[in-house]
Amino acid sequence: MDFTDHLASEEVVLDYIRAQQNKDQLRFLTCGSVDDGKSTLIGRLLYDTKLIFEDQLAALERDSRRHGTVGEDIDLALLVDGLEAEREQGITIDVAYRFFATDKRKFIVADTPGHEQYTRNMATGASTADLAVLLVDARHGLMTQTRRHAFIASLLGIRHIVLAVNKIDLVDFSQERFDEIERDFAALGGNFRFETVVSIPISARFGDNVTSRSGRMPWYQGPTLLEHLETVDVGEKETAAEFRFPVQWVNRPNLDFRGYSGTLASGLVTVGSNVTVAASGKSSTVTRIVNGFSDVDSARAGEAVTLVLRDEIDISRGDVLSRSDERPAVADSLSAHVIWMADAALLPGRSYLLKIGTRTVTATLTALAHKINVNTFEEAPAETLALNEIALAEFSLSAPIAIDAYAANRTTGSFILIDRMSNATVGAGMVVKAERRASNIHWQALDVDKEARAESLRQKPAVLWFTGLSGSGKSTIASIVEKKLHLEGRHTYVLDGDNIRHGLNKDLGFSDADRVENIRRVAEVSRLFVDAGLIVLVSFISPFRAERQMARDLLGEGEFVEIFVDTPIDECRKRDPKGLYAKADAGEIANFTGIDSPYEAPETPELRVATVGRDPEAAAEDVLNHLRRAGIIAANGYVFGGEGI
Amino acid sequence: MSDRLSNLRRLEAESIHIIREVAAEFRNPVMLYSIGKDSSVMLHLAMKAFYPSKPPFPLMHVDTGWKFREMISFRDETVKRLGLDLIIHTNPEGLAQGINPFDHGSSVHTHIMKTEALKQALTKYGFDAAFGGARRDEEKSRAKERVFSFRTASHTWDPKNQRPELWNLYNARVAKGESIRAFPLSNWTELDIWQYILAENIPMVPLYYAAPRPVVERDGMLIMVDDDRMKIRPGETVEEKTVRFRTLGCYPLTGAIESDAATLPAILREMLIARTSERSGRLIDHDDAASMEKKKREGYF
Repeated sequence: MDFTDHLASEEVVLDYIRAQQNKDQLRFLTCGSVDDGKSTLIGRLLYDTKLIFEDQLAALERDSRRHGTVGEDIDLALLVDGLEAEREQGITIDVAYRFFATDKRKFIVADTPGHEQYTRNMATGASTADLAVLLVDARHGLMTQTRRHAFIASLLGIRHIVLAVNKIDLVDFSQERFDEIERDFAALGGNFRFETVVSIPISARFGDNVTSRSGRMPWYQGPTLLEHLETVDVGEKETAAEFRFPVQWVNRPNLDFRGYSGTLASGLVTVGSNVTVAASGKSSTVTRIVNGFSDVDSARAGEAVTLVLRDEIDISRGDVLSRSDERPAVADSLSAHVIWMADAALLPGRSYLLKIGTRTVTATLTALAHKINVNTFEEAPAETLALNEIALAEFSLSAPIAIDAYAANRTTGSFILIDRMSNATVGAGMVVKAERRASNIHWQALDVDKEARAESLRQKPAVLWFTGLSGSGKSTIASIVEKKLHLEGRHTYVLDGDNIRHGLNKDLGFSDADRVENIRRVAEVSRLFVDAGLIVLVSFISPFRAERQMARDLLGEGEFVEIFVDTPIDECRKRDPKGLYAKADAGEIANFTGIDSPYEAPETPELRVATVGRDPEAAAEDVLNHLRRAGIIAANGYVFGGEGI
Repeated sequence: MSDRLSNLRRLEAESIHIIREVAAEFRNPVMLYSIGKDSSVMLHLAMKAFYPSKPPFPLMHVDTGWKFREMISFRDETVKRLGLDLIIHTNPEGLAQGINPFDHGSSVHTHIMKTEALKQALTKYGFDAAFGGARRDEEKSRAKERVFSFRTASHTWDPKNQRPELWNLYNARVAKGESIRAFPLSNWTELDIWQYILAENIPMVPLYYAAPRPVVERDGMLIMVDDDRMKIRPGETVEEKTVRFRTLGCYPLTGAIESDAATLPAILREMLIARTSERSGRLIDHDDAASMEKKKREGYF
């Protein structure tokens, strides 16, 4: 339809707009290495679909003269290279989203960089894409990067691939070259699960076969890139899949209305459907479906609605509704492919927040099965996972949750990992399966519990967690505190870093991963001792906040007392009771805390104890005073009666 | 293919999901309401997201004191009609110093009365999340912005250190003082917005529709004389022209276009044949290509 004709009536416009309202949306991703012409291709699509306005074109001409790399021509890549820094470096640095539309479809393009951060950024762009355009430079053919891109696209569940053989003008529009590249791609291997792979010879710079058919490649009979993007059937597997509804928000304006708001992850729901809460197994029937301001009869995958149920059953944010006969697995352990996205490595034993659907739980990495090399697809054993690495990993969770495999459901089978200290998003996961191991070991309910044991010992159990640098005085102070508690008739036990490393933890070294495991075991032992009714004094350097937080989380409210023995490193070095600083300074000990391994001081410990210029007895008295104030031991120094517990 | 949700329904559902996610995860969210068409669509989506409840957060308008009068009356009517809470904030220091776009220029005025005012208000009320109606298709630096965009305790944005955002899983974790700007319209284009306004019959400020208005030609733009604070310079004449606005802001900084599109279909027709982007009507974007990125780093929406 040509709207340059001003005579088009309002009715004609309205008809056109109404027709447009039914067009669908295709989200795709472009990937290629630095010089494959990715930004030029997107610029070309925007330019040819007339989404570049006159003022933007004028700005583009200005920018081309300043930053351009194609001489006097307009550099289409500058249309999409957004941020200042990357313009100067001539590369894109992050994920950007571009939009264009034809009469048939609206397109959302994720533009991701081709340099070293590619895995993280490409995975981000791929996570919401229906299709991926893999760019290959016709002169260079398939590169290591092409293998990576295909692998990541497949891992993220993209089912449709376009192999765009770009810069075909620079190989004289050669059919032989194009056929060769197409054959090489088919021979890549890698067990990809693509449903369609379409190869198209293009020149993004000159526009051949991008939006209009090239007159320079009569041998090519297939669609142009745009024709293919407009017509490729990416289906809607989600609607055909089992019904899943992660509850986002409980809608309760008054006593007469109680609804559960959320987006259908998959499947279909109708009024009268029987639904079950995955975790509790409680069931009810859908009596109303509210979509926007209206009641509707049904809703399908992707729609954001509010469901009203016949019965008042306990449902809150994070619950997943399904059909009674098609329920997701519920487990507190899962295996998943994980893409690591942070500079600090993923460590076994460390706990992270895991957000899946609308549910957030604590997840601890229990095992790394293997790493996957994204270039060769080879699997290799792994201790830790570094930035941009991918592995098959197992996590144990703080609570049982509803889980689907990613291959079956892209929404209820995907999760992100969040660092508990920095709050950064540090990883992305695709569930392989719920692990059954944990679900077969049920908690043994015991008649004699922590309260009963504590009462018979006539005390309030707690963990006094002493943290600080080597030589700060932790063990000295802990030892004095224990003696004093013992004199008052308390039942105590000291867990000392050095001593534990001679026994329980003698298999552990001083790498970051081993330090995390060291603390995890001690935290678990402390919990058992608290359960036994004891006052536990833990004297460990415990350099990382995350692990001290994990120990805190294992215990009940008020049971964990973090005591920061705050002695500056120069003072510790001066004291050097075991001669360790001298050795570390001489390079004889690696990974020594405070020297070549970090110490993360507590930000808000229950107690901070200064030692410089003070008697250890005085420091110990600080601790006892705190315990009295906190009500862990009686203020008058006498043993509690049972009522104090 | 008929089984797939249409573009508009998919956008609508995605936005509602984002709005609900913010309401569920944050302690104290607020919706920035700037009265324009994007804000109107965002507000409409919020009304849908929680229906039959009201949105569980207030609206906030950062008023520079230089908005079109029709914007202010439309704002007050809208809030009353929907029964919502509205917070109005104006930078008191800027007001006391008499900061205005005529004497201090667009960049000083925008910085003090908009960027600084917004930061003041967010700090004053302790909001940990603020919805904005920005779209990624508006401008290059916006194209890289996340849906949940992290801000430091001093409200700054670091484009090189954004949180990866995958699937529809948004990371809502912030430490005390830090906040998130949430952009539910990230994936909408200007055409999507107008189509949705048409489909849903969403009320708009009349300034979007053509009418005879008093204007002055200044710096290549048609500026409407909205009140007597606008001083007419030598050589300028106030003319009555049939104009409308494609974007709304402070009247001295917002250029009108000559148009006789007085109805929604007429506006849509005009848009389909348009050859300039909507932000070209805003003085503040003209400074230089990277100006928006700089403003955003400092805390502009």
